[in-house]
Amino acid sequence: MTVMTLAPSRVSRVRRALVLGWARGGLETLQFFRGREAVVFSLLFPAFMMMIMNTLFGSVITPGTSYAQYLIPGIIASGLITGGFQTLVIQIPLERDRGLLKRLAAAPMPQSAYFIGKVLMVLATSLAQLALLLFTAVVFYDVHLPSTLHAWGTFAWVYILGITACTLCGVAFSSLPENGRQAPVIVAPASLIIQFISGVFTVSSTLPGWLRVLADVFPLKWMCQGMRAAFLPQSFANRETGGSWQLGTVALVIGAWIVVGMLMCLRGFRWTRSRHDG
Amino acid sequence: MLHGHDQGHVGGGTGDPDPAIRIRGLVKEYKGHRALHGVDLDVHHGEVFALLGPNGAGKTTMVEIMEGFRSRDGGSVEVLGVDPAHADYAWKARIGVVLQSTSEFEDLNVGEVLRHFARFYPNPYGVDELLEMLGITEAKKKRIAKLSGGQQRRMDVALGMIGRPELLFLDEPTTGFDPRSRRDFWDFIQQLAQHGTTIVLTTHYLEEAEFLADRAAVLVKGRIVDVATPATLGGRDLEAAVVGWVDAEGREQTMTTTTPGEVVAGLVARFGGEVPGLTVTRPSLNDVYLEMISSADAAAVADGDNGDDDDDRSAGDDRSAGDDRSAGDDRSAADGDRGRGKKNRSAAPVPAVVTAAGEDTAKQAVADILVDQGADA
Repeated sequence: MTVMTLAPSRVSRVRRALVLGWARGGLETLQFFRGREAVVFSLLFPAFMMMIMNTLFGSVITPGTSYAQYLIPGIIASGLITGGFQTLVIQIPLERDRGLLKRLAAAPMPQSAYFIGKVLMVLATSLAQLALLLFTAVVFYDVHLPSTLHAWGTFAWVYILGITACTLCGVAFSSLPENGRQAPVIVAPASLIIQFISGVFTVSSTLPGWLRVLADVFPLKWMCQGMRAAFLPQSFANRETGGSWQLGTVALVIGAWIVVGMLMCLRGFRWTRSRHDG
Repeated sequence: MLHGHDQGHVGGGTGDPDPAIRIRGLVKEYKGHRALHGVDLDVHHGEVFALLGPNGAGKTTMVEIMEGFRSRDGGSVEVLGVDPAHADYAWKARIGVVLQSTSEFEDLNVGEVLRHFARFYPNPYGVDELLEMLGITEAKKKRIAKLSGGQQRRMDVALGMIGRPELLFLDEPTTGFDPRSRRDFWDFIQQLAQHGTTIVLTTHYLEEAEFLADRAAVLVKGRIVDVATPATLGGRDLEAAVVGWVDAEGREQTMTTTTPGEVVAGLVARFGGEVPGLTVTRPSLNDVYLEMISSADAAAVADGDNGDDDDDRSAGDDRSAGDDRSAGDDRSAADGDRGRGKKNRSAAPVPAVVTAAGEDTAKQAVADILVDQGADA
């Protein structure tokens, strides 16, 4: 009977969620790359950002380390915020408004497949973004990529934790705006402010104490710091607000946001516009 | 003029031991306002069932409860034997829901989207097969954004149908169609029905219900005022008919009668055969329907309802408690104390099930509306 394929064991349920999640990820990525303007602007955004910042402030910070070298970790980290968090917080309410979520909720699709699809789409676009950024940085700005396996390892785990936190929080916070028009209005300024206080462009030692505390709460500061640990020489560690890379705290704070995001996703995700029912 | 047609049964319920949909005493409340007042309904397997009613009557609320999108505050609902509030994937695979628009896929083409959705179902239609059934084979490679209005709507139906559902929900399926595409669409729905698919549709178009539906229910302000075949809805078959003919002097004559057969027989006898220009006109479904709902509509407008079906608060929500009390139904109790309101209902001498579509309740509903209208004017 057909029911057999739909009410199967735990293992095949997980398999089904993964297979369908993969399919959703494929469709979402395809849809993303079909929207030409979006592709150009969002993929090139970090590279543009680096060019502009470098033109404005570009100089050599210490012998052997250019401003571009110093800037790149922050640009990567804020790329995760825009590509993961911001994209989803704006996109999902639109999908809710347009009835896509309702359509998916009506289909016998495991809900997790939708989230897996989003993660894969964010991952695909983020990797494309990252490749373009690093290519530009290395070719035109003489940026050095991490030179040791250890540094690459740091880069990898900060990237993976960071993108996971951003994606989950993006999905989670997407249930807060009433509708699709409200989302960008809230998110864009908020994320800009967080970028400034989190030391994306420069280490925030000049910030007043209370703003620094605020920055400590959000994951972006820690993502920047982790990325700098991968891209900058050890001598830069004492320029951080904490006087060292604090990689343990980096993992802890980003990890905490992953947990918060996950809990919010599980409890409060809205598939329909109505607030009456969950 | 409002007749309960299922006199032998209770409300919109019938004696069907195994209906596709069985609803008893369905109650839905929004912030103290009662949107559905203990609705009963049976939809049989294989029938096309139309849910009619003005904006704000609770149609969408009711359908969304059946589809599992909305919770309910009372009563029982079984759709294909399952409570939609606890639906699993196996149940969802047997249900098709046709939603309003596919604009969310603008950059993908028809084939891509359908193939994607087909993956969710255990026994889906083939994409080509489905497109052919819907007569949009030529659109397979077209981007969704480039589809014409009619193709767009068929695509919506295709997405609802892709899983080969036993039961299909259509929410105002032909809104915005030109007459030709509407007719084509109706033919398609009839074909589906002939293949045994049970279809529940909401519509504003009476001719649509008349053409397609085996039975129709009229929902007014959260109550079903009648459930019947389109031909007998609202006592249409018992209403006076108008017999018209042309007399010997060439003048058009009409006679209003409840026994048109007798009148025609008399005319045949008088003319000794064919009666020139003979017509027998029953009130149209439109006439009957408008009579059933017009007062409700007026009340809704007077209440400043924005006309959107089932926005959080539908028609009549802003009425003062005084108006409510004058309406004399359970709403005042419900507004005053929701918990107690429900209890009162079940403890009332009239069982909740009777209140949906019995003749008295229908009259009561109309009376309520008139009272509301009077109070607002």
